[in-house]
Amino acid sequence: MMDLALAAVDAAVSAGARYADARAMVVRHEAMEARNRVVEDLSQSEDAGLGVRALMGSSWGFQATPTLTPAAARAAGAGAVAVARASSRVAGPPLQLAPVPIVVDSWTSRWVEHPLDDVSPADKAELLVAATGAANDAGVPLAQANYQAWDTEKWFASSGGSRVHQHIVECGAVVDATAIGDGETQRRSYPGVRGHYGTQGWELVRSLDLVAHAALVADQAVALLSAPPCPADVTTVILDSDQVALQIHESVGHAVELDRILGWEAAFAGTSWLDPGRLGRLHFGSELMQITADATLPGAMGSFGYDDEGVAAQRVDIVRDGTWVGVLAGRDSGPLVGAGAGGAVRADGPTRLPMVRMTNVGLLPGDSSLEEMISTTDDGIYMQTNRSWSIDDRRLNFQFGCEVGWEVKDGAVGRMLKNPTYTGISPQFWSSLDAVGGRDEWTVWGLPHCGKGQPLQVGHTGHHAVPCRFRDVRVGVR
Amino acid sequence: MVDDATVDGNLDDARRDATVAEACERALALVGGRADAVVRASVGTSSLTRFANSRIHQNLREDLARVTVTVGVEGRVARAGTSRLDADGLSAVVERALTAAALRPVDPHFAGFAPPAPVVPVDHWDDATAHATPDDRAAVVAAFVGGNGTEAAGFCSTRAVSHALASTTGQWAVGRRSVARLDGIHRATGRDEVADGCAQATSVRLAAVDGAACGARAAARARAGLGAISLAPGPYEVVLEPRAVAAALLYPALVGFNGKRHAEGTSFVRLGEQQWDRSVDIWDDATDPRALGDGHDPEGTPKRRLDLVRAGVSVGLAHDRRSARLAEVEPTGHSVGSDAVGGYPTDLFMAGGGLTPEQLVGGVEHGLLVADLWYNRLLDPKTQVVTGLTRNGLFLVEGGQVTRPVQNLRHTQSIVAAFGPGRVLGVGDDAQLVGGEGSTMHVPGVRLAAWSFTGNARG
Repeated sequence: MMDLALAAVDAAVSAGARYADARAMVVRHEAMEARNRVVEDLSQSEDAGLGVRALMGSSWGFQATPTLTPAAARAAGAGAVAVARASSRVAGPPLQLAPVPIVVDSWTSRWVEHPLDDVSPADKAELLVAATGAANDAGVPLAQANYQAWDTEKWFASSGGSRVHQHIVECGAVVDATAIGDGETQRRSYPGVRGHYGTQGWELVRSLDLVAHAALVADQAVALLSAPPCPADVTTVILDSDQVALQIHESVGHAVELDRILGWEAAFAGTSWLDPGRLGRLHFGSELMQITADATLPGAMGSFGYDDEGVAAQRVDIVRDGTWVGVLAGRDSGPLVGAGAGGAVRADGPTRLPMVRMTNVGLLPGDSSLEEMISTTDDGIYMQTNRSWSIDDRRLNFQFGCEVGWEVKDGAVGRMLKNPTYTGISPQFWSSLDAVGGRDEWTVWGLPHCGKGQPLQVGHTGHHAVPCRFRDVRVGVR
Repeated sequence: MVDDATVDGNLDDARRDATVAEACERALALVGGRADAVVRASVGTSSLTRFANSRIHQNLREDLARVTVTVGVEGRVARAGTSRLDADGLSAVVERALTAAALRPVDPHFAGFAPPAPVVPVDHWDDATAHATPDDRAAVVAAFVGGNGTEAAGFCSTRAVSHALASTTGQWAVGRRSVARLDGIHRATGRDEVADGCAQATSVRLAAVDGAACGARAAARARAGLGAISLAPGPYEVVLEPRAVAAALLYPALVGFNGKRHAEGTSFVRLGEQQWDRSVDIWDDATDPRALGDGHDPEGTPKRRLDLVRAGVSVGLAHDRRSARLAEVEPTGHSVGSDAVGGYPTDLFMAGGGLTPEQLVGGVEHGLLVADLWYNRLLDPKTQVVTGLTRNGLFLVEGGQVTRPVQNLRHTQSIVAAFGPGRVLGVGDDAQLVGGEGSTMHVPGVRLAAWSFTGNARG
C-alpha cells in the first residue's frame, strides 16, 4: 500500500506539483443498534481507497480513487494536478507550507480486545439486548442502545520524503431511555448523549457497563415527565463533565480552528469571533480556564500518531489562565499566524480532503469538586447530559439544552427539573467560570460525530472535562 | 467488465451502467441459495470546487464505487458494504454479510425483501454535467465571485452516479442521476461589521446554474445588510424565504413524517388532524421532474408521490418495509438504508402560492424578512420546538417595505405551531429546489403570523 501512495505522489510531482502527498487507506466499520430488546440494524463495511493532494503555485487539487492499483494511483496523482490547475483560475495569494521534519515511522493505537476481530456480533447483540431490556423493565416504552467500531489502516507518503503507516482502532457505545408523555418526550442517556468513544478496544465498552446503568437512566426519564420545568431565570449553573465537554467542543474547539478564523469555512461551518491579531493577548475567559489540544492522550478519540500531513501528534496550549494562546492548524494555515505546522489536519477517509480538525480539546482539572460546587451554591441549577446544541456561525451566541436539571438550594441538590436550557455569549460565559473540578473527576470524552467541510466529513474528537460552575447564566429559554 | 477492478469516472455511460448491473448479478450469484438478499451497486464521480476569500482553496474529484449486500436468513438480517467491485471484493462482502447475519438474533419485525414491482423511470440526468471538468466548475465559481467588491465563499459541485439493484425476490432496477449545485455567500465589510448575503442553485444540469446571477444576488444582499441594527428578542411576524423554509421543515421531515418514529410514539403527527394551516400542502415525490431522487429506495420499493399534508391536514407517513409492517400499511418506498432510522421523505415538496416575494413582504406591517436559518436543533420531537439562528440576511419590514438590516437573532420556536391553523398569512410563488446533504426540498417563501426570537447578539 505504501508503494501505491508513493506512485501517486511521484505522478503528481512528475505532472508539475511543487508538493504532493497521498494516503492509501483501508477502513473497516461495524455498527449495531437495538431497540426494545430487538436488534434492528447490523451493518459492516470495508472501504479502501487512495487520495492524493497536489499543490501548484498557491492552488490545491485533490483526487481520490477506490481502485488500489499502481495505474489508478498514478492516474489519481496526475488528476490531482489537473484539478489544482483548474483551481488556479481563481487563485489566491502565495502559499507557504510550514516546514516539517521527514518522518519514516509506524504507529499503532493500543487495544486489548479488538472490537471487530475478538468480539462476536452475537456477544455484542447480547449486550445491547440486555441493556435495552433493563431500561424497558424500568418502565420506558422506548430503549435504544448502539455501538460503533472502526479499524483504520493508512499509509501516508509525501513528496517531502515522509512515509508513515498507522493502525488505529476505535469504538464506543451508548444506551438511552425515552419516556413518552402527553405532548412531550423525555430522554436520559448513559454514559452521555450518543455515548462515549475512544481510541481503544472493546474493553472500553465493557468498562461502561451499559446494563447496570440502563435502569437508572430509565427511572430518570420516567420521573422527568412529572418534574417541574426549568424556570426562566438568571442564575448559577453547574455543568456535569459530559456537558462541559460539549460546551468546549462548540464554543472553544471550533472557535480556535484556524481555517475558520481565516475565513476558509465562511460559507458553511462559519468563521470565528477570534481575531488572529490578538492571539496571545485576547481574554477568552476566567483565569481558571486552562484549555489544551492534546493529540497524545492515550486512548482518547482525538489521539493519533501523526496527522494526515505527516506531522507528529502534539499537545498545544489553547487557553492559558484565561488568555487565548493557541490554534488548531495545518501546514498551509499555521504559517499565516506563526503557529508552525499545527498537526491538527485529518480527513474522515481516503476520499476526503484533509482539513483542520479538533484533536482532544479540553479543560485541565482545577482544585474544586462537584460536591464542593454544590455545597457552596445558594441558588442554582445542576445540569447533566446534552440534549440539544446550537451556536452561531462565529461561535459566540449559543443555546444548549440538557436532559436533566437539578435544583440547587442552600448548598444541596433538590428537585429534578425538566427541559433545562441555558444560553450565553462565549467569552462572557467562560468569564463567569468560578469553579473547576479536580483530577479525580477528569474524564476524556469521545465524540464520533463532528460534522465539518463540504462534502461533509464526520470527525472523531476527544474532550477532557470536569464539572464546572458558571455564574449569572440565563436559563429556561422559551 | 468488473474483473479489471478499475473504477474510473471517465468510463462512458454505457460502461458504467454495465458495471453496476454486473456487480449486482455477480454478488447475487455468490449469495446463491444461502439467503435472501438485496444487492445495490453504484459507480460514478463526485467533484466539488470550494472557494473562500474569493479564491478556490479546496478542489476535489472522487471516483465512486460502492456495493452493499443485505442478506436475510430466517429473520437474521445484516448489511455489508465495500468499495471493491472486483471478484475478491464482491466475494468478501457477501461472506461478511452472511457471517454477520448468522451471528445476530432474529428480528421479529423483519418484513422480508421487496417483491418485484415496476419502477417508474426518472430522468434526472444530464450528460454534460456527468462529464463536467474542474475547469467547468472553476468557470462557475469565477462568475459567482465576479467583481462585486465583496468577498465570496461557497462551493460548486457536480455528481453523476449510475446505480443498480437486484434481489433474490426478483426485483431489478437500474438508474442514473446527475446533480449540480452552487451555494455561496458574498460578504460586505463595513466600518465595524460584516454582512453576508447568500444564493444557491440546484439542478440536474450544470448549465442551468448561473454563477454570475447567483453571485450578483448574494452580493447585493450582503451590501444591503450593512448598517444592521440590534433588535430586542420577542415574537415577530416573519417572511421566511425558501431557504429558511427548507431549514424549518427539516425536522418535521426527518422525525415527524418518519413512520417508524410515529409507531414509537415520538412523532408530532396526528393523522387526520388539522395540524397545519389550510394553505399548507406537503408531499414527497422523487419522480417529479423537478426533484433529484431515484425511482426506488434502497430496499427496491418503487417511489411514488406520497401526500403528507393536504389542505393543512396531516395525511401521510413515510415508511420502509419494516416500519410499514409494524404499522400494518404498505411500504411507501422511503427506506434510507437503515432499519434503525426508518423511512423519511427525501424529495419534499411544499405547494407554492400566488404571492410574489414582494407581495409577501408587502403585507407585513411590522416584522422581519428572514433569508436563512442556521444550526437548528430539535428540543423535542413531539413539540417540534427548535432553536437556531438567522444567517445571511435579516431585515426589518415596516409598512410593507424592507427598511433596515437587523443583526442576527436566535429563535426558539415550534415549527408545527408556526405553520399551524391560521398562522400562515401567505405563500409565495417563488418555490425553488434547495439542496442538502442527502435530500432536497422544493419549497416557497411563506409569511407567518409569529416567530419567537429568544436572543440577540447580547445573549
